[in-house]
Amino acid sequence: MKILLSWLNSFADFADPTDAEAVAAIAADLTSLGLAVEEVIPLGQGVDGVVSARVLRVETHPDAAKVRRVWVDAGDGAERHVWCGASNMEAGDLVPLATLGTAMPDGRLIERRGILGIDSEGMLCSGAELGVDDDGSGILLLDSDAAPGRPYTEVLGLDADVLFDLDVTRNRPDCWSHLGVARDLAARRGVALRNAPIEARRGGIERSVPVEILAADRCGRFTTTVLSGVTVTQSPAWIRRRLASAGMRPINNVVDVSNMVMLELGQPNHAYDLDRLGGGSLRVRLAADGETLVTLDGVERTLDGSDLLICDGDDRPVGLGGVMGGLDSEISEATTTVALEMAWFSSRGVMETAARHSLRSEASARYERGVDPYVIDRAIDRFVELLSESCPDLLTHSGGVDVRSDHLPALRRETSLRISVLDRVLGVALGSQRVAEMLGSIGFETSGSDAELKVTIPSWRPDATEEIDIVEEVARLHGYENLGRTVPRADVFGHLTPAQQRRRLTREVLVGLGVSEAMPNPFLAPGDLARAGLEGDFLSITNPLAVEESALRTSLRPGLLAAVAYNESHRRDGVSLFEIGHVYPPAEAELPAEAEVLGVVLAGREAPAAVALWDEICAALGVGAQLDQSTPGPGMHPTRSATLRAGRDELGVVGEIHPNVLAEFGVAERVAVLEVRLDVLLERGERVSTASPVPRTPSSDLDLAFLLDDSVPAERLTKALKQAAANRLVSLELFDVFRGESLGVGRRSLAYRLRLQDPAGSLTEADISAIRGACAAGAQRVGATLRAQ
Amino acid sequence: MTPEIDEARGAALTAITQAATVADLERVVAEHLGKRGALAGLKKGLGGIADPEARRAAGAAMHAARTAVEEAVEQRRDELAGAETEQRITEERLDLTEFRSDGSRGHLHIVTQAWQRLEDVFLGLGFSVAEGPEVETDWHNFEALNMGEGHPARGEFDTLFVDHVPPGGRLGTTLLRTHTSPVQIRTMLTQEPPIYVVAPGRVFRRDTPDATHMPVFHQIEGLVVDRGISMTDLAGTIEAFTKAFFGAGFTSRLRPSYFPFTEPSAEFDIQRPDGSWLELGGCGMVHPSVIRAGGLDPDEWSGFAFGFGIDRMAVMRHGVADIRDMYVNDIRFVEQF
Repeated sequence: MKILLSWLNSFADFADPTDAEAVAAIAADLTSLGLAVEEVIPLGQGVDGVVSARVLRVETHPDAAKVRRVWVDAGDGAERHVWCGASNMEAGDLVPLATLGTAMPDGRLIERRGILGIDSEGMLCSGAELGVDDDGSGILLLDSDAAPGRPYTEVLGLDADVLFDLDVTRNRPDCWSHLGVARDLAARRGVALRNAPIEARRGGIERSVPVEILAADRCGRFTTTVLSGVTVTQSPAWIRRRLASAGMRPINNVVDVSNMVMLELGQPNHAYDLDRLGGGSLRVRLAADGETLVTLDGVERTLDGSDLLICDGDDRPVGLGGVMGGLDSEISEATTTVALEMAWFSSRGVMETAARHSLRSEASARYERGVDPYVIDRAIDRFVELLSESCPDLLTHSGGVDVRSDHLPALRRETSLRISVLDRVLGVALGSQRVAEMLGSIGFETSGSDAELKVTIPSWRPDATEEIDIVEEVARLHGYENLGRTVPRADVFGHLTPAQQRRRLTREVLVGLGVSEAMPNPFLAPGDLARAGLEGDFLSITNPLAVEESALRTSLRPGLLAAVAYNESHRRDGVSLFEIGHVYPPAEAELPAEAEVLGVVLAGREAPAAVALWDEICAALGVGAQLDQSTPGPGMHPTRSATLRAGRDELGVVGEIHPNVLAEFGVAERVAVLEVRLDVLLERGERVSTASPVPRTPSSDLDLAFLLDDSVPAERLTKALKQAAANRLVSLELFDVFRGESLGVGRRSLAYRLRLQDPAGSLTEADISAIRGACAAGAQRVGATLRAQ
Repeated sequence: MTPEIDEARGAALTAITQAATVADLERVVAEHLGKRGALAGLKKGLGGIADPEARRAAGAAMHAARTAVEEAVEQRRDELAGAETEQRITEERLDLTEFRSDGSRGHLHIVTQAWQRLEDVFLGLGFSVAEGPEVETDWHNFEALNMGEGHPARGEFDTLFVDHVPPGGRLGTTLLRTHTSPVQIRTMLTQEPPIYVVAPGRVFRRDTPDATHMPVFHQIEGLVVDRGISMTDLAGTIEAFTKAFFGAGFTSRLRPSYFPFTEPSAEFDIQRPDGSWLELGGCGMVHPSVIRAGGLDPDEWSGFAFGFGIDRMAVMRHGVADIRDMYVNDIRFVEQF
């Protein structure tokens, strides 16, 4: 919202626009009130060194066809020569001359520069160059009756002003007007608001534009006033300047006044040419599906049954209620009689219509947030007052129409404020007296006791409905910066849960193993999961930004494989990446079966690297799982991967990516992979080990080699040996795997070293021999044969 | 017998001196001090000396000779071992600068680093860490946060909806959470006050990616619910966080703003030591409706909440020019940090 200081000053003497300190204080107050000042823009300050100059004569030079030679008198009687690229001036015109040494707003310094060896003693300026308007097509022509040698700002009648660009939050619809901002600022500064409405005199013959509201829930109030004696012309200079300063283009006196009233009081309004209004009446109804209306911006809108229309007496649409008027009934130069509409529309309806048609107007922006339903009367009077300046014969006819529906908010709404609640929320006791004064200063009337105030909420604050809203008003007026600073309590202590600690540990282990963290997009293209060999259902975003980012992943692999492919294509083979992220498989439940997953890809590495990494994670987290190679898992290399199982739980997969999947993702290297349900691992409680004494008895090593079919996992033999050696086993290491023709095809030799120890005493040859026998027997049961030493 | 003893002693000492290596020396020891050595032979001869006086003298001389030889051996052994160690040390010289590497350690994502640094600061301020799902119900994400159906503020969140339909529910009520605030509701519903938690997490908006926006990004949310919590507690906690996270030279301010789920609401800004301001996030007193949605009585419990972006912390700390760079997973970017 753009707010002019001079306009605020019309309500109270806030600050001199040329007093930088005072202006800064206003900006600070506005921000402190919750009207965040995004930018403070000084206006009309002018460019020093630019003066009015009389054009004496204009010539061309035969060798410089594109520029003119202009001789001017800058008031001192001397003739100055200036080269000029524009040609819209002639002798006798008064133009702005930037004298030598002037620093232009765009940073240029005006210097004595020549063309063809002929110097230019300054520069003639366009309106755009001076920031007066946006016209850069020619030199700005000043009022030629004025004197040369004066600052151009004086000739233009430009007064210094300041524009505040405010970020007005949704809960402050009242501050979409200068009145609303002035009200808050006056309250903060403890000054009185010049706020007395001027009542326009009604007279002449009674003329009415009857109104029928057929959509009562969408339109709470609709008034019409007939104004005759209108002459459509240019607005007075001060109105044009004020609108332009506030960022609105002046059009004609009627449209300008309409905008002035909206910017000043926040009441959108519409002026119809009464002579072009069919039937001389208005009705407010919902559109029929497919009905069309050409709005003021020249666009034909196709409407539906939820759009609110303003129609004329012939039921012809003349405007989209609360959003934009129609093109047909617009004011023209021929207009002499105006039907002035001021209405109140419900915010929800306007919001939906504006959104559906992507049509945001000054009016819709205000109605969406909420307009004061009771400012209408004052706005009509202000409209008349302002239009009278350019229409001396203006007559406001009696017979104005004011139709209200049951959906018009009450003029006064009440709530209560417990002082104890206020004190608790603010952390400071202001006392009910002070609180009542503060609230009164912004129009919230109060009555009641020291313990509880009855508060009447003014009609311009539709956002305020309940106690906490009143608390916020008090906090705002008191100033957040004046609140104390305390730290709540010392007897709570912060900690990470064991699962959160273990998540951090997992990251540290991975980083320590040389794996870096990636964060791929969790949104996939619909075919990505299938390309990764992962068939099955997945959820989709119903309103994605792009269809390539519409599928919710059920696996981290597609994202990580894409990252490997990206790095490969940038000459970075062999990347090791992990991600800890969520997957969102569908589920028959309130929410999808969202789960936290760890995914690791080791490009250029083979399956054992992934198994080793999994074992490191298991060791760090104190967890474990069986490697089930009989069911390798979709998308995985069929003979180089395993499903990780812990009891009935399927934790994930480990091994290598299927060659077809690698091809789909354009990955040239082998990729070792681990994907595992991290949430399940983290929830496995931390195991606390109980100390046992380190045995002092000597230990012995026993090396055993077995022959075993490739079809039997080594892990089964390992398990059998552990069982056989039982409590004598300290550690077991599979230290050699050998395949060779001598052993026969489809078999391998597995060599283990068992470190044995008896905590109670030394192991005898007989003991070791017995263990060896038990191991051989145990191995036999899983199909392994002990090889002779 | 003395001359023989002297001779044997002299021969042994000479041999010891001549031994060039520890191994040589061990051979000399075996030869001269061993069972078949000259001294051992002479020792056997002691028994043949009839005169006790002469036998004692010879015995003493023998002992002296043996001691001298043994001492010489020890001394020579030390010399030789020292020399050998010296030589070994010389021979096995390494230029350690040939073995430098860039380290094979992996790198945590900078968003994770910022996330953990933030968690650590709040842990120090007495907060614990709460978590919640990324796919949320409309109720948790909006309704319970004082944004009922049709609330205008909903439109500002650019919500992404998911085609999940809960049993007995309808399409369009499941979404990707637009902020971490639903964790407030989940925490209040599952945890007895006092509640002092932060909820860092991934959030989603239907926002076209550019240098400062991603549709997938990260926020951290704070929630305190306790008896008698006031705005001064909010302001004090924000200030404590500012100093703990940014440094003692930084300070904070609150200024009024609007969020449906807090009231009074505020923006909080951080002032850098050079005096410039940085808009950091939003905060406020938890709205009574939100306390009620969390199953608590707003007359008994009050609280404050705050939230801000994590990605921006990483961007600022590391001078990342384009936020999208953090999500390309280009190893040449990742390994810079």
